[in-house]
Amino acid sequence: MLNYLLKRLIMMIPLLLGITLITFAVIRLAPGEPVQAQTAMSPKITAETRQRLREYYGLDKPLHVQYLTWLGRVARLDFGRSFAPDNRPVLDKIKERIPVTLGLNLIALVLEFGLAIPIGVFAATHRDSLYDKGITLFVFLGFAVPTFWLALLLMYFFGVKLGWLPISGLHSLGSDRLPALARYLDLAKHLLLPVSVATFGSLAGLSRYMRSNMLEVIRQDYITTARAKGLAERTVIYRHALRNALLPVITLLGFSLPGLIGGSVIFETIFAIPGMGQLFYQGVMARDYPLVMGILVIGAFLTLIGNLLADISYALADPRIRHGQEG
Amino acid sequence: MTMRLVGCLLVLLLVVSCKGGNRAVEAVHRGPGVPAYGDALIVGSIGEPSTLLPLLASDTASLDVAGNIYNGLVKYDKNLQLVGDLAKSWDVSPDGLAITFHLRQGVKWHDGVEFTSHDVLYTYRVTIDPKTPTAYAEDFKQVKTATAPDRYTFRVTYAKPFAPALASWGMNILPAHLLEGKDITKSELARHPIGTGPYRFKEWVAGQKIVLESFHDCFEGRPYIDRYIYRIIPDSSTMYMELKAGGIDMMDLTPVQYARQTDTAEFVRRFNKYRYPASAYTYLGYNLRNPLFADKRVRQALTSAISKDEIVHGVLLGLGQVAKGPYKPGTWAYDPAIRDFDYNPARAKALLAEAGWQTGGDGTLRKNGQPFQFTILTNQGNEQRLKAAQIIQRRLAKIGIEVKIRVLEWASLLTNFIDKRNFDALLMGWTIPPDPDLFDVWDSSKTGPKELNFIGYKNSEVDRLIEAGRRTFDIEKRKRCYYRIQEIFADEQPYTFLYVPDALPVVNARFRGIVPAPAGIGYNFIKWYVPKEEQVN
Repeated sequence: MLNYLLKRLIMMIPLLLGITLITFAVIRLAPGEPVQAQTAMSPKITAETRQRLREYYGLDKPLHVQYLTWLGRVARLDFGRSFAPDNRPVLDKIKERIPVTLGLNLIALVLEFGLAIPIGVFAATHRDSLYDKGITLFVFLGFAVPTFWLALLLMYFFGVKLGWLPISGLHSLGSDRLPALARYLDLAKHLLLPVSVATFGSLAGLSRYMRSNMLEVIRQDYITTARAKGLAERTVIYRHALRNALLPVITLLGFSLPGLIGGSVIFETIFAIPGMGQLFYQGVMARDYPLVMGILVIGAFLTLIGNLLADISYALADPRIRHGQEG
Repeated sequence: MTMRLVGCLLVLLLVVSCKGGNRAVEAVHRGPGVPAYGDALIVGSIGEPSTLLPLLASDTASLDVAGNIYNGLVKYDKNLQLVGDLAKSWDVSPDGLAITFHLRQGVKWHDGVEFTSHDVLYTYRVTIDPKTPTAYAEDFKQVKTATAPDRYTFRVTYAKPFAPALASWGMNILPAHLLEGKDITKSELARHPIGTGPYRFKEWVAGQKIVLESFHDCFEGRPYIDRYIYRIIPDSSTMYMELKAGGIDMMDLTPVQYARQTDTAEFVRRFNKYRYPASAYTYLGYNLRNPLFADKRVRQALTSAISKDEIVHGVLLGLGQVAKGPYKPGTWAYDPAIRDFDYNPARAKALLAEAGWQTGGDGTLRKNGQPFQFTILTNQGNEQRLKAAQIIQRRLAKIGIEVKIRVLEWASLLTNFIDKRNFDALLMGWTIPPDPDLFDVWDSSKTGPKELNFIGYKNSEVDRLIEAGRRTFDIEKRKRCYYRIQEIFADEQPYTFLYVPDALPVVNARFRGIVPAPAGIGYNFIKWYVPKEEQVN
């Protein structure tokens, strides 16, 4: 197992390098550059000023020199400074945003899995019943309704019409003066709508996946055997069947890891949540190369780690895989 | 249980989609009340400022916030006339080559240090320093010498008289005692600015808000409103809902929101809407290097075939006016008597026939067997421009011209099309600066790569008039130059000037003291107030 882990970790290095090379090339191929994004259509800018700005950002150097300089710095865990006029270190900008996105997505993820698994199991064990059909309709509503539309609808209803919930942002103005408990309550109120929308949107896929896994497992011989042995239905379903049906879901959990920090542009824009999605979008629009590269590299690294964790947990959960690797 | 949930959701959707909710509330007339200190104005901002050092910023969000924190030597008053700001007064030497600013005494930076001419000299020097990545060096490069003869006097000389120079000193002055000898690009002041303005910086929560609080020692007097809060809300629909829910006090409305969604009794009771011409215009610009548009009669015909009124009504719902030239109606450089080509398709056809374009059997215009067709490019994300392009497309089709529309991402439009002069016609807009100098967009020397006369307009008389206009401080003389330029544009139609939209701000009705003027509503912000009994924040 340790060997396997080590091999996988070493394999990640060329993979990461390849990813950085491709993303670096792709960003540079996009039309426009940071200097242009900052100065376009401004009568105050002359060609000379533009050239001065390009030199300032090091954009006058050949591409491979720029890439190698960047790579050298990243090897020392220095992601450089943002090209935005604030010129702040990229890592500082990312650090500011990660807790928000991570927290929000973690809550949504727990809710998603916490709801989708029982919904899926329930639908499978009550297959073709009215419940099953009702659930199908409900989760597919979540799947079909566009996130932004649902979000705006809920904001209008709960925020404007009823005035129960805040519409956007993370804190009320002046919430920093409140006692700790009230402050958390305020944050919870702000999170209620975004978390509900995020959860509702992805409930369909996961619960349907769980349902079909469960249906497949229930048909297996060992379940029939368990039933034949006279075990209670609850024990059959929750002890024998569920465990096996959960296995593929673990892989999905691993894949969700990079999503936890990636954030979503549409979602964060609508709810005015200062997360990674927003930061990345702004970075791309401003052609802020160091910021975009920083976010992409961290994202790629986490995707690889996520895959690895999924594989490991899969192996831990299913002895056959573990033995297969070692054997 | 689940069925009940589905039911609830359906009911919810039904309730929300019904356009009910016109809670009948009588519009209440509010008196002026008694000015009082206190309360906070919460403004919604689509973008987050990038830096609060205005010298390094080029985005509106940064400049908006910084505008409350810093001052320039001069500023525009409510009638868009230049008046003193940090400068009490100024003299222009009789030959127009030297400007001497007499600075206010006793002005304090937010940290208590006194403002002097040394700060102005520092700001000038750091701006022209090649190591400073700023977009604002150009005007200052015309300066020959800059001196600070004493603590309260600042003098600049120019090689030639330069009228726009005076306005360039409206640039925000930076504190020398905090920045001198340091690398401005790494300064703490980008996140924690210190200025002389009516508001001082309190906090910046990344991606969420910036809070300013009133500066009691401000030389213009203590502002009534205690706090100015910028909330960053990237989506305009969300911002509008925040406005209705009381989360923000002020925003700019779209024409649809202004005309159709804000006429309920409740909205009228809670908010005041304002409307005045924005400092911007939208135009259809022709690539004059393209033989298709080389003949002035063709351009006159195109303008005659486009109903500008229809665009103002269709796109802006009437909340704007027809543009006839590059100036804002009502300002001193604008010639109200200018004669434009009004909508007249018959004249359009006649002009095109004169230029050799004949209607073929299929109704399309042809010359030497070639049909009259071209593409209008516009940028993505501006619904109004796209709609205007569609209206133009329909009108031109009626006289036999086939128009295609291409909508492009901003950077791609600039890099692949405008910079390479690779376009037929562009539907875009310009902001109208308070100084009427047209050099950068219309002078024939500005047709080079990446320069702003991208349509390639060249007219020696216009060049001469632009030069004459910027070399005198005499407003009457300048006015004559700009009036003549407008006549030439009206005849030559290098652009079809389309419309000047209205700015449509809305402010919570508890704020009093707002007096709309040609400069808009924000110019007297420090005089806005909320009567004590209505204060909420």
